[in-house]
Amino acid sequence: MKSAVILFPGLNRDRDMLAALEKITGHKPHAIWHGDAELPKVDLVVVPGGFSYGDYLRAGAIAARSPALAEVKKHADAGGLTLGVCNGFQILTEAGLLPGALMRNRDLKFLCKTIHLKAENTTSAFTNQYAEAPVFPCPIAHHDGNYQVDPDGLKELQDNDRIAFRYCDADGNTSQAANPNGSIDNIAGILNKRGNVLGMMPHPENLIEKAHGGIQGRFIFESLVKAVA
Amino acid sequence: MNARVFVTLKNGVLDPQGKAIEGALDSLGFEGVDAVRQGKIFDLKVNASSKEEAEAEIAKMCEKLLANTVIENYSIELRD
Repeated sequence: MKSAVILFPGLNRDRDMLAALEKITGHKPHAIWHGDAELPKVDLVVVPGGFSYGDYLRAGAIAARSPALAEVKKHADAGGLTLGVCNGFQILTEAGLLPGALMRNRDLKFLCKTIHLKAENTTSAFTNQYAEAPVFPCPIAHHDGNYQVDPDGLKELQDNDRIAFRYCDADGNTSQAANPNGSIDNIAGILNKRGNVLGMMPHPENLIEKAHGGIQGRFIFESLVKAVA
Repeated sequence: MNARVFVTLKNGVLDPQGKAIEGALDSLGFEGVDAVRQGKIFDLKVNASSKEEAEAEIAKMCEKLLANTVIENYSIELRD
């Protein structure tokens, strides 16, 4: 699987993403600086995490309106696989590739810790390797991860199996107590209508080695490898 | 021409910062506050030949960048 990672000033999880992609796909991903608008032909485009443009105005707002994102949009509109993690998720929602918005965490604190996730959809291009063990611990690191969407939008996500991941406890209960940031319906990651775009707040690229405390983040990349095979 | 743009959260959209400010006001002894919503103000200086032109141009800026219309409303106030 060929992949590209888009780089904006202020991102800080890009190297982790590049390392994870290379390790798991066996191909060195392209690192594309946002000013170089030409996107190579790849199977997967990733917008990684961090604080593009210092989170000025709103998290992801400025990167979402850059020429590089117009290229990402073209790739996604043509059915190309597109993954946004953390700030990347915020950028994809600001760009209109995914519905809703990511607001300040319910308790206003920056959260950097391990939570539990449950893969709710285990058939998508991004999540098909989670069927056997859908509940797993995963790191989060964000200030604006409180996903909100209007009631019609939420129903659309629920009815069409577009909620990829939800926050839960170690036993897989998606209770309010297990919701770290106030996201509606414990949503941690969503798919677009076509299923080729995933946005998520947690960091799978930081969960690929035993030393990370788990390797379940690998399954996203392995799902993608399987999907394009 | 000078203009001021107000960006506010739509009704029904959760505002954790507004809630925290509400709590802080309460703890300072201001008891008459029923609700606080936090928003943003942008002061713009724009070149335009008429008020209508300025307003139309600023509305475009709001739609494209200044507001996230999924969760925010905006209003424009033109001054001289």
